[in-house]
Amino acid sequence: MKALRDAAAVLRAACRSFAGALGAVIVLLVMVAALFAPWVATHDPDALDILNRFAGPSAAHWLGTDHLGRDLYSRLVHGASVAMAVALSAIAIALVTGTTLGLLAAWLPPRGEAAVLILFDIVAAFPSLVLALAIVAVFGPSTLVVVVIVGLTLTPHFGRVARAQALALRSAPFLEAERILGASLGRILLRHVLPNILGPLIVLASMDIPVVIAIEAGLSFLGLGVRPPLASWGVLIQDGYQYLSDSWIPVLVSAGALAVATLGFTLFGEALRDAVDPRLGRDR
Amino acid sequence: MTAPLAALEGVSVDFAGGVRALDDVTLALPRGTILGLVGESGSGKTTLCRALMGLVPHSAGRILFDGEEQRTWQRRDPRGYHRRAQMLLQDAVASLSPRMTIGAALDEPLRIHRLPLAEGRARLAGLLARLGLPAQIATRYPHQVSGGQARRIGMARALVMQPDLVVADEPTAGLDVSVQGELLNLLLDLRAELGLTWLVVSHNLNVVRRITDRTAVMYLGQVVEEAPSRDLFARPAHPYAAALVAANPALHGGPRRPRILLQGEIPSVLRPPPGCRFHTRCPVAQPRCAAEAPKLAEIAPGRLARCHFPFALAGAAA
Repeated sequence: MKALRDAAAVLRAACRSFAGALGAVIVLLVMVAALFAPWVATHDPDALDILNRFAGPSAAHWLGTDHLGRDLYSRLVHGASVAMAVALSAIAIALVTGTTLGLLAAWLPPRGEAAVLILFDIVAAFPSLVLALAIVAVFGPSTLVVVVIVGLTLTPHFGRVARAQALALRSAPFLEAERILGASLGRILLRHVLPNILGPLIVLASMDIPVVIAIEAGLSFLGLGVRPPLASWGVLIQDGYQYLSDSWIPVLVSAGALAVATLGFTLFGEALRDAVDPRLGRDR
Repeated sequence: MTAPLAALEGVSVDFAGGVRALDDVTLALPRGTILGLVGESGSGKTTLCRALMGLVPHSAGRILFDGEEQRTWQRRDPRGYHRRAQMLLQDAVASLSPRMTIGAALDEPLRIHRLPLAEGRARLAGLLARLGLPAQIATRYPHQVSGGQARRIGMARALVMQPDLVVADEPTAGLDVSVQGELLNLLLDLRAELGLTWLVVSHNLNVVRRITDRTAVMYLGQVVEEAPSRDLFARPAHPYAAALVAANPALHGGPRRPRILLQGEIPSVLRPPPGCRFHTRCPVAQPRCAAEAPKLAEIAPGRLARCHFPFALAGAAA
């Protein structure tokens, strides 16, 4: 109950600035497009109409058509659901594993803590593109591979924040009071530490969404991620790029959608961060 | 006399960096009594409580609870130990989980110890009434209750498990005088009603004098004197205890005690002075005090002091 009211208050505070409100509107639009893609889209995103290829914007095709005559607007809308699905599942993976490892690091004896931190450093230092190439070389490109790669790469982000937050709580009197009552370590971590460090982690998650969207588009553009004909924004840009000499509209429109969505999530994430704790960010 | 409920026998606690926070502490908590623990900040009062609760490991000596060593308890029945020995922390508001309602916080001990909820909640309701807390407080959050209420919530949380021993660290700190008085009466009543044994830590000598049966005085990680409170406050044996008692403002006019001014600061626990730890500040120190560390010894029936020359200052104070 309190968590819900807190969340509502934070959201209201985040939308108070122009940038925050703009971000919130864009986020809302992308979310609606992603969730209700079949209803928001005007055409089947995979329906071919070869005779009508490279059509310009018209009443029938709001943003025109691509090199196979598919409706660009509908493909963009479906691209939003691909982007959101990848972003949310990758971040869920990173949030869960990162938080678990971070909490562990904060409570382990110094050696165990050092081991977890070194693991974070290794993952963070590994160039994610090289990691992606290696994993794709083994398993072949697929949406699942993108999710796993991005989830792994972002784990140290969440792990470090979770650890720092948990360390700040370690000597809090209410945790000692729980120990005195006889609570187990698991209970203390889950019921008393976790609820108190979740806020910053959720803000971090919202700030990482645009990063994941961009990584997914990049990997898909390179042919390492989402495979055509599935309409990912990266795939759309790649398709348009190959036929750039025939029409510049597909590239412009799909890259524009990617840019606007990334901008919106970034603005919203930053506003959220400032609303939760003005001291938290700026230095990431 | 029956065996004490809890006892420390030559207990030492070491912290990282060679800090010996407790040094050879021996202290018994007889059943059904209230023992006061006084001493200045950094003398090891809180460390003693935390060691007794098993929150910090001791490096030497034994801690006994109900005839069994704490280590045995921790191996065999750690939860049982916490059920029977409870502690109220100094900062009562911060002792409540900030995102939990008071109701959920009150349920915590029942859930942790898997006690039947219905029965436990009935007992809680009785306790809340007894402690003078309105039932509606259950829906509030820790930042919405006062310091006195938070302390009583802490007490309800501890008492619902029906413990034998309750350690109270500065139970009156930060409360205004009328609330302090109420709380102390409550503490005395609860001992009578529930047969509780209390260990009360306080800076406030008037509090300790009023409610305790026995008082232990700590200095630099050691118990320097332990005696029936009446005797200790009337005629302290250890010079440090004498200085402490003399420094305490008396309320009722009465004959003014001469002040005993101690020289210098309390030495660092990192490098305690050799011999008697108090000799660097003691007004009646002799050459022997710097050379030889005194042991805690019985200097009169029921009175223990760690001093080569007990009562040396008593004449001056009387």
